[in-house]
Amino acid sequence: MLHLLWLIPAFPIASFLVLAIFGRRLPRKAVPVFGVGSIALSAVVAFLVAISFFTSPPPGNHFTQVLWTWIDVGGFQPQISFYLDALSLLMILVVTFVGFLIHLYSAEFMLEDEGYSRFFAYMNLFVASMCTLLLGSNLLLLFLGWEGVGLCSYLLIGFWYRDPVNGLAARKAFIVTRVGDTAMTLGLFLLFDKLGTLQIQELMHRALVQWPVGSTLPVVAALLLLGGAVGKSAQLPLQTWLPDAMAGPTPTSALIHAATMVTAGVYLIARTHVLFSLAPSAQMAVAIVGAVTLLMAGFSAVTQTDIKRILAYSTISQIGYMFLALGVGAWSAAMFHFMTHAFFKALLFLGAGVIIESLHHEHNIFKMGGLRKEMPVAFWTFLAAGCSLAGVPLITAGFYSKGLIIWDTWSSARGSGLLWLAAVIGVFLTALYTFRLIFVVFFGEAKTKVSKRPGPAMMVPCVILAVLAVVAGFVETPAFLGNIHVFTDFLHKALPVITEGPARGMTEFGSESLVTLAFLLGLYFAYLFYVQKREYAETLTAPAISKALQRFWYSDWGMDWLYERVFVRPILWIARVDKSDFVDYIYTGIALVTELFYHGVRKTETGRMRWYAAGIAAGSIIFLAIVLFL
Amino acid sequence: MASVPMHQGLLLAGILFALGLTGLLVRRNVIFMLMSLEVMLNAAGLAFVVAGSRWGQADGQIVFLFILSMAAAEVSVGLALVLQIYRRFKTLDADAVSEMRG
Repeated sequence: MLHLLWLIPAFPIASFLVLAIFGRRLPRKAVPVFGVGSIALSAVVAFLVAISFFTSPPPGNHFTQVLWTWIDVGGFQPQISFYLDALSLLMILVVTFVGFLIHLYSAEFMLEDEGYSRFFAYMNLFVASMCTLLLGSNLLLLFLGWEGVGLCSYLLIGFWYRDPVNGLAARKAFIVTRVGDTAMTLGLFLLFDKLGTLQIQELMHRALVQWPVGSTLPVVAALLLLGGAVGKSAQLPLQTWLPDAMAGPTPTSALIHAATMVTAGVYLIARTHVLFSLAPSAQMAVAIVGAVTLLMAGFSAVTQTDIKRILAYSTISQIGYMFLALGVGAWSAAMFHFMTHAFFKALLFLGAGVIIESLHHEHNIFKMGGLRKEMPVAFWTFLAAGCSLAGVPLITAGFYSKGLIIWDTWSSARGSGLLWLAAVIGVFLTALYTFRLIFVVFFGEAKTKVSKRPGPAMMVPCVILAVLAVVAGFVETPAFLGNIHVFTDFLHKALPVITEGPARGMTEFGSESLVTLAFLLGLYFAYLFYVQKREYAETLTAPAISKALQRFWYSDWGMDWLYERVFVRPILWIARVDKSDFVDYIYTGIALVTELFYHGVRKTETGRMRWYAAGIAAGSIIFLAIVLFL
Repeated sequence: MASVPMHQGLLLAGILFALGLTGLLVRRNVIFMLMSLEVMLNAAGLAFVVAGSRWGQADGQIVFLFILSMAAAEVSVGLALVLQIYRRFKTLDADAVSEMRG
């Protein structure tokens, strides 16, 4: 069964080719057959592979399938080969399954759009790239998928290309992630130069043998890879592209945020965890980036008014949690949160898509309201996802995954109290903005009439994801709540166990209680400001200082403003000043001299035949004279 | 029949050629230019004949026949062009027909 592995990326690629070449000629009904069917087949194959992996584990708990040698130049022989272990298996299952649900949803969501087949072609290529990224057994193949994901995000964000704003958002996403990708390319060069291979397992092995812990090379290599991860996963300082990426169709956002793209950075770090373990300072940087990002994005999310932008900032914040977990060495906890996040964030976006569609493409949450009774299914599914995001204690998946990260942040040898505090404040913010969103959209008075109700193809994925968003957490529970460790036991086949630090005077129960307290506080404030006493919120935002603060957070801490001034404008200025590039002078100079000669010689062309005859005669005489007398 | 010394014959041919060239360069009337051209062609022909008689060979006279026939062909084309020029420009001044200047 494991030999079917290559089919997982092959189905979406085949479907992409069919849709890209024959898409316009296919009848509308045939498009989802290819577009959704291919992902469904991939998901089925992924399940078969998983069953086979569980029932008869391959030796060493990993399996490599070599298809062919990609390039063969002077000892550099990257192969097209797929590597399956617990980590890539988990990712591939989530990506294909959640991807399938999103595709199913899109089949109805995008039905009216004129670019129906184009949309599915892009989406399939997106999933195929992500599968290549996850399964690639060497960093070059991983990088191929990595760039494919970047390309598809560009294509999908700018899907409605007639509006220049969307094109601008697409370009921004592409260029900002390219900054990170450049760092990652340099990292690959460095690794190949120093260790002589790009096969990930071989690379990790050689790094362990050749590099001592904390020496310069692993730190530099890890930091360069971190640069790539930060760009793809929208972490500080390259997070600015993600909120603008909301310009794309809503299922695209769901795919980018839940299954593909932004989790690629988390996967990269988990995949090269050996390198980060060798470089404690780089790993510390991962943790700090995660902690700072989750706080900044949390504050930004509290002030947004566009439903999709709130969710975008919440994604940045949640990926921040995963980075924090990676940074303190809680590899499995990061992957656990990745899984639960994939379920509830996909659902939140799909729910947001339902709401936006039903309300004449209204994005502003303050123009919504009272949808609880109008759209009960949307409300209950969205509530389930929101509760999971905010981490409602005991019953939701988000509580278990986030609680595990926060406890690991405290207990790990590489954790610290400060990081723990940031994570707990993050819980408060998450609860605040999530329930602000839910209260404003679903409670209160209806402000816009519901014009359209979604069909089963859109609601079935939502319901499935809602169930998963709640129950997916029960595979891993803390010691005092059943002590189930199915998830981490499974992942420990591929990722090392967290190294516990010295006891620091707080038990897991204490940590979880404080998390719960932070959650309740956030919930209470959201209830107070947006349900009970609306005027409190207005009094709070009335003074000039809080208005300024709100504007500051609303604009993502002025990051766009800063980048505009520090990078965009100077580059545009240089481009404008050097419009007539000085290198061009060489070429225009040659042209000028030629033209000068032309003007001189042109004068001899009088059109008078007698002159020509005289010229010929004189020329002949001179020629004869030369021949005869010289 | 006393033969003409070769250098005198070639001198005559040279003078004729120079006269023809001068005529070609100074005349502006296209017909006269064509006539000057004929003079130059015949000068060249004369040179061939003189050379042929010097070596006692018939080649020179044969080449002259070629030149003659070529001159006839050239004149027929030339005169046709002259007719066209006159139709278009109502003049035979070669300098007036200088539309193809650079």
